[in-house]
Amino acid sequence: MATTITKTETLVGKRIRRKEDPRLITGTATYVDDIQMPGMHHACILRSPHGAARIRSINIKPAINQAGVVAVFIGKDIEAVGPVPCGASLPGLRVPAHSILAKDRVYYVGHPVAVAVATDRYIARDAIDLIEVDYEPLQAVSDPEKALEPGAPAVHPEWPDNTAFTFHQEGGEPEKAFKEAEVVVKQRITSQRLVPTSIETRGVVADYRSAEKNLTLYSSTQIPHLLRTLVAQMLGLAENRMRVITPEVGGGFGSKLNVYAEEALMGFVAMKIGKPVKWIESRRENFLCTIHGRGHVDYYEIAARRDGTVLGLRLKLIQDLGAYHQLLTPAIPTLSVLMMPGLYKFRNVIADIVGVFTNCVPTDAYRGAGRPEATHGIERMMDLLALELKMDPAELRLKNFPGKGEFPYLTATGLSYDSGDYAAPLKKALDMVDYHKLRNAQRDAKAKGRLMGIGISTYGEICAFGPSPATPAGGWESATVKIEPSGKVTVLTGTSPHGQGEETTFAQIAADELGVSMDDIIVLHGDTSIVQYGIGTFGSRSTAVGGPALYYALQDLKAKIKKFGEMLLESDDVTCSGGQCICNKTGKTIEFAQIAAASYRAMKLPPNTEPGLMATHFWEPPNFAFPFGAHIVVSEVDRDTGQVEIQRYVAVDDCVNIINPLLVDGQIHGGVAQGLGQALCEQAVYDENAQLITGELMDYALPKASTMPYIETGHTITPSPVNPLGVKGVGEAGTIGCSPAVVNSVVDALSHLGVRHIDMPLTSEKLWKLVRQGGQA
Amino acid sequence: MTRKITLKINGKSYSHEVEPRLLLIHYLREVVGFTGPHIGCETSICGACTVELDGKAVKSCTMFAVQADGRNVTTIEGLATDGRLHPMQEAFWNEHALQCGFCTPGMIMTSKELLERSPHPTDDEIRHGLEGNLCRCTGYQHIVNAVRAAAAKAGA
Repeated sequence: MATTITKTETLVGKRIRRKEDPRLITGTATYVDDIQMPGMHHACILRSPHGAARIRSINIKPAINQAGVVAVFIGKDIEAVGPVPCGASLPGLRVPAHSILAKDRVYYVGHPVAVAVATDRYIARDAIDLIEVDYEPLQAVSDPEKALEPGAPAVHPEWPDNTAFTFHQEGGEPEKAFKEAEVVVKQRITSQRLVPTSIETRGVVADYRSAEKNLTLYSSTQIPHLLRTLVAQMLGLAENRMRVITPEVGGGFGSKLNVYAEEALMGFVAMKIGKPVKWIESRRENFLCTIHGRGHVDYYEIAARRDGTVLGLRLKLIQDLGAYHQLLTPAIPTLSVLMMPGLYKFRNVIADIVGVFTNCVPTDAYRGAGRPEATHGIERMMDLLALELKMDPAELRLKNFPGKGEFPYLTATGLSYDSGDYAAPLKKALDMVDYHKLRNAQRDAKAKGRLMGIGISTYGEICAFGPSPATPAGGWESATVKIEPSGKVTVLTGTSPHGQGEETTFAQIAADELGVSMDDIIVLHGDTSIVQYGIGTFGSRSTAVGGPALYYALQDLKAKIKKFGEMLLESDDVTCSGGQCICNKTGKTIEFAQIAAASYRAMKLPPNTEPGLMATHFWEPPNFAFPFGAHIVVSEVDRDTGQVEIQRYVAVDDCVNIINPLLVDGQIHGGVAQGLGQALCEQAVYDENAQLITGELMDYALPKASTMPYIETGHTITPSPVNPLGVKGVGEAGTIGCSPAVVNSVVDALSHLGVRHIDMPLTSEKLWKLVRQGGQA
Repeated sequence: MTRKITLKINGKSYSHEVEPRLLLIHYLREVVGFTGPHIGCETSICGACTVELDGKAVKSCTMFAVQADGRNVTTIEGLATDGRLHPMQEAFWNEHALQCGFCTPGMIMTSKELLERSPHPTDDEIRHGLEGNLCRCTGYQHIVNAVRAAAAKAGA
């Protein structure tokens, strides 16, 4: 429950209900599909039904002849439009030409082939059924391991080995570590393809004004400025004549951290027909054409001493890339490698990634982006090691953390973990579940034949993306703060929140710094013509990078306020806080609103000071931030149905200073739900012909209110030196910590049957079979 | 070929000539202009399009506008009266039961009807009552809190 707010109290750290909610709970917010314009047309896209096929011919005549259809465009019409961009670069990376409509070949089910434009949504949908495409189906491949086999169908004929890149990283002396190890544990671990499934699908409205050569693109995106830069390039437009507006965005989770064919295609259509055009992705399209997440097959080996000291880690990572690179596709598995040691003192690591083309929709960033896969891998391996050594999994973990005094901790993969006390959240979580008592209860339950398990995961994550040298497109963030002549405050953030709540948390920060009421502050974002260039919202970065940018802009502004205060109070001994400046000698005060008015009226100015009250700061973070935590799951498998019941879910997270605990809880809950989805029910399944057979919500199981457990949250606070607010990100933490805790608990429940590992999702069918077959898969 | 329909939406009467195949959600959003109910899946699974039809929560994405002829529809826009939020809206706000807000109008409509049918639900009953509405942001916990809080307030 939220607390009420008054002007005098400190707002950072309070459970304050959100400023963005009134429009959302009354149905008056504007999402992209809510936009209507005079003369607006509707577009519908015809997509490939084949995983791989040659296009022999396309006949658009039956469609174009329909009343209400104004245009149909196919591959040969869009020759002048640039390719869908890949922002990631790796040595030797093979980048297939990725045109916004297929030309002579299609590479995955859902590949856009033609676009029909009509006066009405229904007519556009009818029109694509009338386009005749003559396909010559080709052999397709959807399994990344099969794609690597000799003789596998080539996704791109020019690269018959289906290998987009290989990537090698090592640190320390891994070969020596494995040679000297007393125990080596190996396991193949998959992290299945997932569909991000924001409840709002993607959508675009494009409006081109030919007299001014201005294109306005309304898009449900997480990155308005980057989208403008890249789509302007694709369309050959002057960037300053293009405007991207991000209306309300109904969830992204990384799937809208991208530049999609349809965004440029709608710009192209609007320019061609001279009318505004709208395209709203159907749910089916969202499954087929919006990026998927994960898609790993990992081969792990862990080297250790008999006493449980970890020595080395080896990983062969096969990344299913899909048919193309989207914005960050090839970069995602490199994040897994960076995080592969988890929170443990592995001094010797070796990793090899193979990025594999398949006839599937591309994978890219989905909540956690590479870190859930890495955390799942290492946390499963730690449990396998504990099983092998007959050690308690909590004890094994506590033994291998770097100590509190070892920070900043340099990992064998080259990261510098900024700050941490990794034992603290684990110990707190163990206390919350009363671990020793719980183990006794488990022993009793198992003795009675019940399949009860306890699963632990600890996680660390790279967040606050990030230092610019480590990111493809700049990792800084920007903020502008304006005090208007009336004293009201406007914040412009370069982040692009879409549910995270920065309109509230940034107002809390600004209110505290300026000593004004939150009601007097408005936070604007997501319009490239209003907001200075920014990077966007993803990678748990908005508060951790956008927050400090705001903080520093506020400091600049406060310095300027003080100068005006000194001038107006005719004193050099002035303190400014709580919405006013006070002369320490006379006690005379002047309100910020009066200072603002004087600064714009500018009858008189302090020395070397410009009129007006506005400050902009672009903040470059010195490092990533590394939040961490521990999750514990108590589960029971129903012997008769294979159903997993989560009896307790405890999440203890250390994201350092919390701006708004209500919102942090919300992020953890939502993150856990997505981790639990992966652990228990979600899976994008392509058959051997590369048909997506889980292409609807009917076939793809999302967590529901009735299937989610109650989540108990706890926090520890370990100060971070990375930024002045002492904050780290929390958006992805829940997802990253979740899946291994769930799987570890279920494996623990079945370990006495000889079960060592189960790949996700832990469907009841899979577990029922395992129980029936005495642990044999 | 069109058909004339006349119905009440949020207490006001509307009459339009519509194509028989026009879905109720498209009628509400694009013809009448109530864009509060959203389209999330077009297959009545996600519940973002939920509205009340003669007092019952229904999914307007899998129903034709002509089927609403002569009936009474309430959308999220019809809940607040005289600028005062409905207690369920207030509870969603207080409990942080929404993030991106896209599922929220449907979620609130379903929750409201749930309490009308069952004024004192257990947490389990709330969770089962919301099975037809998907949320990808909140993990549902704060939504359950909101419904429980609204029930407590109504009972107080």
